[in-house]
Amino acid sequence: MEIKPAAKYIYSDIELDREEGQVIEDLKANSQEPIPDPDQWLGEELEQNILLTTVDALINWGRRSSLWPAICFPACCAFELIAANGPRFDLARFGMEIMRASPRQADLMITAGTLTWKMAPNVRRIYNQMAEPKWVIAMGACAISGGIFASAEYAVVPGYNRIIPVDVYVPGCPPRPEALIYGIQMLQKKIARRKNIDVRKLLER
Amino acid sequence: MAVRTEPFVLNIGPVHPSTHGVFRMRATLDGEVVVDIEPVFGYLHRGIEKLAEERTYTGVIPLTDRLDYLSSMANNLAYCLAVEKLAGIPVPERAEYLRVIMAELQRIASHLIAIGAFLNDCGAFMTPIVYMIREREKILDLFDMVCGQRLTYNYMRPGGVSQDIPDEFLPALELFLKQMPGWIDEYDQLLKENEILLARSKGVGILSRELAINISASGPVLRGSGVKWDIRKADPYSIYDRFEFDIPTGTAGDCYDRYRVKVEEMWQSLRIIEQAKKQIPTGEVRSKVLHLIHPPVGEAYAHIEAPKGELGFYLVSDNSIAPYRCHIRAPSLLNVTAIRDLMIGWKVADLILIFGSMDICMGEIDR
Amino acid sequence: MTISLSGKEVTAQIEEKFPDSVVESAQDNLVVKSDALLDVARFLKDTEGLDLDFLNFVTAVDFYDHFEVVYMLSSLEHNHSLMVKARCYDHENPALPSVVSLWQGADFQEREIYDLFGIKFEGHPNMKRIFLWEGFEGHPLRKDFI
Repeated sequence: MEIKPAAKYIYSDIELDREEGQVIEDLKANSQEPIPDPDQWLGEELEQNILLTTVDALINWGRRSSLWPAICFPACCAFELIAANGPRFDLARFGMEIMRASPRQADLMITAGTLTWKMAPNVRRIYNQMAEPKWVIAMGACAISGGIFASAEYAVVPGYNRIIPVDVYVPGCPPRPEALIYGIQMLQKKIARRKNIDVRKLLER
Repeated sequence: MAVRTEPFVLNIGPVHPSTHGVFRMRATLDGEVVVDIEPVFGYLHRGIEKLAEERTYTGVIPLTDRLDYLSSMANNLAYCLAVEKLAGIPVPERAEYLRVIMAELQRIASHLIAIGAFLNDCGAFMTPIVYMIREREKILDLFDMVCGQRLTYNYMRPGGVSQDIPDEFLPALELFLKQMPGWIDEYDQLLKENEILLARSKGVGILSRELAINISASGPVLRGSGVKWDIRKADPYSIYDRFEFDIPTGTAGDCYDRYRVKVEEMWQSLRIIEQAKKQIPTGEVRSKVLHLIHPPVGEAYAHIEAPKGELGFYLVSDNSIAPYRCHIRAPSLLNVTAIRDLMIGWKVADLILIFGSMDICMGEIDR
Repeated sequence: MTISLSGKEVTAQIEEKFPDSVVESAQDNLVVKSDALLDVARFLKDTEGLDLDFLNFVTAVDFYDHFEVVYMLSSLEHNHSLMVKARCYDHENPALPSVVSLWQGADFQEREIYDLFGIKFEGHPNMKRIFLWEGFEGHPLRKDFI
């Protein structure tokens, strides 16, 4: 097939721009309240008084020791994340050496950078594509609350928890790699307390 | 038998391991060959120009850090030069020397990441960038010693720098200058005549000289196309006219030349730092400036040679404590203007490579 | 050292060819009438001795009663620079001719000015928003944006 030489801007798709703009406006209208953090189950343990079984401990150990992060780094914190993967602050020793480009193969999303409304539908789509169980670490001041850019309300989302539920918040602008590693260890402790098998339900059957 | 084919639109999305930030390209492909391409920006538009209008002149400096977050010292320097031009603030000698040392160290750090990411795109998946990060950590240690931060320094102020260097800085800098040439030699040994790198990047993405000038390209992109234009020589700011250094240029304007220009610039930066270190005087590091700067009514444009190109700040003031208008002339936005002309006719793999050789930073483009 | 060309001398040269196109001229900049902008720009780019072939930046400033679009031009060969401004008094539908045909570097910058200020550039091949999404109402960098 012969390729016609490209005229100036034969491809400037204004229809697609309008559709995407509509998606962004809808998401902005629906995200006026922050999504609550997924930690209600942490209090249930004491109420139900059921200890974790050995199987639980084994599954949790496997999950927390090989967390694979998904790629989501818009802005400056990304370079502290890359430095954390580097030779000095080695994230590979925590089992996190593989930065999975495909969200289907990842279970941790470390959000490193400011979120804008234009980017928000894409982040939501990536979060939806990750398989359960999945966790989110909000890294940096911009991810927690919009940070230094929070007053530009027309473009900046005030924190990732408007769009996706967040498990651990790591403050800093940008947080040092040591701080990020501390946040990851907090997440590992949270995963270690997770109840996977409900012994009472098993016994009821 | 003739097979009917039609072009296919591929979205190389904002979240992609090799788009150097959140950059999106809608590529129309015919098979594997790119027929047309539309870049989409704005995924990191944080309204820095609007926010600068509500902060004091000194308070804008942390915002400028986050523009091109890989070269914060250069951003700070450009902004402080613009404020000093607008308000007529003098700078003491020691502060000038410290600024030059920091700016050149920042240039080396930024080029290390640029080369590492470019080689990442070439296919050497993680090895070069891990080597470059090892070197960059040493530079970040030096910066950490001076201002306590690793990425966004907030170090320069209108009228000088914010604080003096500690005693252990100059010996550590001496050690770094002794070791760095050995490491750059190590990279050259592995990469300069590497068959795969030559095959992938020689002759790919040729930016002609006329087109480079027409799109207002600057920095390694312009110099890789053969134009010998460096603001440190053409319009010297600060005290760059006291140092001897060369301006490396390429000949063909392809990806390989842009890579070589960056490596040679690292050598020249080491030369400048050595000369500055020998000549640094004692004295104060910041001239006496009011806390709330009230420049007279007027405008000023100051530009520097940032690692990515010509970074400039255009400030308009109306004699109040905040800038009336602060426009940031971002080099990456202009370097990327010719992306359609460069990429049409190449394959998808080359597209990623050409984009990586342009070395952009989305924080700067979207501001 | 890049020399700033004197606004008055360049005005004298422009007035010979295009009379009555310069509104005012100061020490290092000159203000041009918006309908004469394209002719003056072409003259500045092609004349021997001026050769202003490098466009440093294009930006706009919102003074409350008018918009001012600022062009900074340089010459790499002669190492001199000049600042040219054009004013736009219409607040509802401001428009100016586009200089993309002369300097392709103005492409994305003019789209940015349209996005953030609302000034349309006639003759631009792809005049649509660049940083904000299609469907966004308002132009953020205007002084009266909420």
